[in-house]
Amino acid sequence: MLKSTQDIHRIDINNRETQGAALQPCPKNLNRDLILLMASAGDSFYNILHLDELARMDTSIHRVHPLAKLLVTVAFLVAVSSFGRYDISGLLTFFFYPVTIFVLSEIPAASILKRLLLISPLIVGMGILNPLFERQTFILGGVVLSTGWITFLSILIKGALTVTAALLLVATTGMDRLARALRMLGVPRIFVLQLLLTYRYISVLTEEVARMQRAYALRAPGQRGVHTRAWGSFAGQLILRSFDRAQRVWQAMRARGFTGDYNIGEDTRFKFRDFAYLSGWIFFFAVARIFDVPGFIGSIMTWLAKH
Amino acid sequence: MSHHRLEARDLSFSYPDGHEAIKNISFCIHHGESVGIIGANGAGKSTLLMLLTGLLFPGSGEVLVGDVRVTKKTLPMIRQRLGMVFQDPDDQLFMTTVYDDVAFGPRNYGLDEKEVGERVMKALDMVGIPHLKDRAPYKLSGGEKRAASIATVLSMQPDILIMDEPTAGLDPKSRRKVIELLKSFEHTKIIASHDLDMVLETCKRVMVIRDGQVAADGEALKLLTDAKLLDSCGLELPLSVQGCPVCSNHIG
Amino acid sequence: MHMADALISPAVGGTMLAATAGVAAYSAKKITYDIDEKKIPLMGVMGAFVFAAQMINFSIPGTGSSGHIGGGMLLAILLGPYAGFLTMASVLLIQALFFGDGGLLAYGCNVFNLGFFTCFVAYQLIYKRIIRKGITSKKIFVASVISAVIGLQLGAFAVVLETLLSGKTELPFGTFVMLMQPVHLAIGIGEGLITAAVVSFVWKARPEILEKAAFGEAFGNISMGKVLAGLAIAALLVGGVLSWFASSYPDGLEWSIEKTAGTAELEQPGGIHETLSKIQDKTAFLPDYSFRESEGESGGEAEAVDTEESAWPAVSAGTSVSGIVGGLLTLALTVLTGLIIGGIKRRKRKAIA
Repeated sequence: MLKSTQDIHRIDINNRETQGAALQPCPKNLNRDLILLMASAGDSFYNILHLDELARMDTSIHRVHPLAKLLVTVAFLVAVSSFGRYDISGLLTFFFYPVTIFVLSEIPAASILKRLLLISPLIVGMGILNPLFERQTFILGGVVLSTGWITFLSILIKGALTVTAALLLVATTGMDRLARALRMLGVPRIFVLQLLLTYRYISVLTEEVARMQRAYALRAPGQRGVHTRAWGSFAGQLILRSFDRAQRVWQAMRARGFTGDYNIGEDTRFKFRDFAYLSGWIFFFAVARIFDVPGFIGSIMTWLAKH
Repeated sequence: MSHHRLEARDLSFSYPDGHEAIKNISFCIHHGESVGIIGANGAGKSTLLMLLTGLLFPGSGEVLVGDVRVTKKTLPMIRQRLGMVFQDPDDQLFMTTVYDDVAFGPRNYGLDEKEVGERVMKALDMVGIPHLKDRAPYKLSGGEKRAASIATVLSMQPDILIMDEPTAGLDPKSRRKVIELLKSFEHTKIIASHDLDMVLETCKRVMVIRDGQVAADGEALKLLTDAKLLDSCGLELPLSVQGCPVCSNHIG
Repeated sequence: MHMADALISPAVGGTMLAATAGVAAYSAKKITYDIDEKKIPLMGVMGAFVFAAQMINFSIPGTGSSGHIGGGMLLAILLGPYAGFLTMASVLLIQALFFGDGGLLAYGCNVFNLGFFTCFVAYQLIYKRIIRKGITSKKIFVASVISAVIGLQLGAFAVVLETLLSGKTELPFGTFVMLMQPVHLAIGIGEGLITAAVVSFVWKARPEILEKAAFGEAFGNISMGKVLAGLAIAALLVGGVLSWFASSYPDGLEWSIEKTAGTAELEQPGGIHETLSKIQDKTAFLPDYSFRESEGESGGEAEAVDTEESAWPAVSAGTSVSGIVGGLLTLALTVLTGLIIGGIKRRKRKAIA
C-alpha cells in the first residue's frame, strides 16, 4: 500500500523505490477485508487471485510457450484417462510429471494440494460406490476384498493426477497467455474475448455480491442465507447492475475503436525449446503408457532379492 | 490548428423514456484549451460527454471535431482523436493485464504488435506506471487504476482528452498526483467533475450546466468565485475559495 | 454434477469435446453475424455474474440449509440460447482450470450436460414455447421451473451415459440412474424456483431485457428442425464413435492400448518388445483380463465362486508383491528426482546470489 501511493509519480522511471516495487511478484494491494469476506463466502475469488499470482512468477516452466504447456497437459490427461479401471501400477509412473513441474516451477505444492482435497464430490462419491457394486473379489494378504476397491483407488489416483495437471497449467501460465494459446488453436475470437472478460469481472462482481451480502446480513440477523422472499430481488439487483456494468464496459470498448473483431495480441514464437518440451513429455507419456514401468522395476527388484 | 477544434452546434438529446437531458447546447473548444464542465447531479454532464464522443447521437444538432461531423461513418477516425476516460476505472480496464488494456485501442486500429508495444510503453511512461504493466487490474490501488485508465486512452495518441470525474474516490495524495498529471498534459482537455478545486487548478475555462443547458461559460476563476451562480446551479464555492474555518471563525 | 476427468475415457471425452466445439463454433458464428457486438461485454459480465451468484446462499425453506444456483437456465433466458451457451462454456472452462471442477478432458461433457441441454433443449423447446404468447409472472414461474428441471434431468442422465460408456466405474445402469435422477430432480426444482424468482424480478424492473433476449435476435432464428438435426448429428457422432470403439475392442469400451499392444507383439518373434511384454504379462499388478475372464464365465452364482480362484492365476503372492514393490519404488524415484532438481535449482540460485 505504501509503495503504491508513489506509483503515480510522473516520469520518475529512475526512482529506485518504484522500481523495487515492480520486482516484487505479488504486492498485497488488495482490500484485506474483502479477502476475509471472500474466504468465508466461498473461496472462488480467493482461489483465482492465488493462481493468478503464481502465474506471474518467472521460472523455466513459466517461460515455456503456453501452447506447448496446454498440449502437454492434454496429452497427459488423455494418457492418464486411457488406463483401465484395474490398472494402478501403470498410473504411478505418471506422478513423475506433476512432481517435476512442481519442482521446476517452484509452485508451492500445498496451495494446489489443498484444492485437491476439495475435488468434486462426484469423483469420491462415484468411486466409493464401486466396492458396493462390484461383486468380484481379489485376495490381498489373505483378505478378500471387492475389486471395487481397486476401481475406487484408480479413480482417486486419476482424480489427483488430472486435477493437479489442470491447476498446474493455469498456475504456470495464467489466463491471459492461455487465451492466446487458445487463439493459436483456432478457438473463435469472440469466445476468447468473452472468456477474458468473464475472468476479469469475476473479481468486480464478487466484490459487489460481498457488499450486498454484508448489507443484507446486517439487516437480517440470524438468517441463514437469503430468505425466499428476497431471492428474486437479491440476485435480480445484481443482474441489473451487471447489465449496467456491461453497458459501460461496452462504451469504454467502443470509445477505443472496438468493432467486434479484436486481436488479443500475439505470443512469442514457438521456439526449439518449446518444441523439445512438448515432444519430450509426449514421448515420456507414450512410454509410460505402453510399458508398465513400475511392474518392470518391481520384477527386477524381486528377482534381485531372490538371487 | 483548426482540426483540434471541438464544436457543438445546437445539441439536443432526449432519452427513450422522454427525459430531455440536453437542450440546445452550443459551444466551441479550441486547441490547447482546458475546459471544466460542472453541474449538479443529473444536470446532463455525462450525457454531454457521451454526445461529444459519439457514444450517443444527438436528437438534433451536431458535433464537429475539426471540420468533421461526428456520424456513424466518421466515428472510427473521430475516436482516435478523442480519448475518453470513464468515471469507474473498472469499466475502463476490462482486460486481464494493464499492458493488454493499454494495448486494446492501438490493436483495434490494426497497428502491428511492435508499434503497439512502443505506444503502450510510452503511455505507461507518461503516467509513471511502466512497472505495473503485467499487473492484473484488480491488484491496483485506486490511484494506480486511475493512472492506468488514463494510459489506455493516451496510447491512442488522441488530440483531445475527455474525462469524467478523474478524481472520484481517490485519497488526497493520489488525487494530488492525478491533478499534477492532468496539468502536465498538453492535450486539449475537457474535464467533467464535482471536484471544483481540481477544476479550478486544472482548467482555465469552465462551463456550468443546469437542466441540460449551459448556464454560464467563461473564465474559471471568475465563475468559480461567483457564489450566487454556483448556488443557483446546485453547487457551492470551491473549498480553496471559501474562507479558512479557523480565521473566519475568529473574524466572525 | 460436474463430470470429472477421472471418470472418463479419452474416446468419450474426445467425442463430446468435438460435439461441443461444433456447437460453440456455430454459436460464435451466429453471434458474429446476427447479433450486435454489444453482446460480447454483456456475455463476459454475465459469465462473471454466474460466479458471483454462486456465492449467494439462498436459504431453502423448511430445511434450515442453503444452496446456490448453477445458472445455465438463467443465462439462456437472459442472453438467448447462443450467447447463453457460449457464456456457460466460458464459465465451465474457468471452473475446470481454476477449481479443478470437471476437467479439461471432461470439458466437452460438462458444456454439453450443463450448457447444451439447458440452452438448446430446455430453453428452446420448453421455456420459449410457454412464453411465446406473451410474458406473465405465472408463465415465467411455470416455464422456469419446468425447463430447469428438464434441463438438469437430461444433464444428469447424460452424466450416467458418459460414465458408463467410459467404463471407469462399474455401477449397474439402473442403480446409477436411480441415484442420479431423483437427486437432480430436487436440485432442478430448487434451481427452477430461484431462476423463476430472479427472472420475474428482472421482468418487472426492466422488461426490455427479457424481451430482447426472447423476441429479439434469438426468437424465431432457430428452427426446431435445426435443433433436432443438431441433436441427431450429435447422437450419431457419439453413437458411431462409441460403437466403433466397442467393436474394435470387444472386451468393452476400455481403451486398453496395453493389452492390444501386448498380444500383437507376442506373435512377433524375438525383439526387446517381446521380452518386455512377457515380463509385463508376468508381473502386471492385477492385470485387466483376469477379471474379464471371470466376468465372461460367470453364468450363475455358484459358478462365479468356482471360477474366482482359477481366474486368478496371475495374481500369485509373488507377482503382486513385485507389483507393489515396483509401484512404491517408482513413487520413491519420482520424489527423489524432484528433490535432486530442487537441490540443483537452489544451488544455482545461491551461486548467482
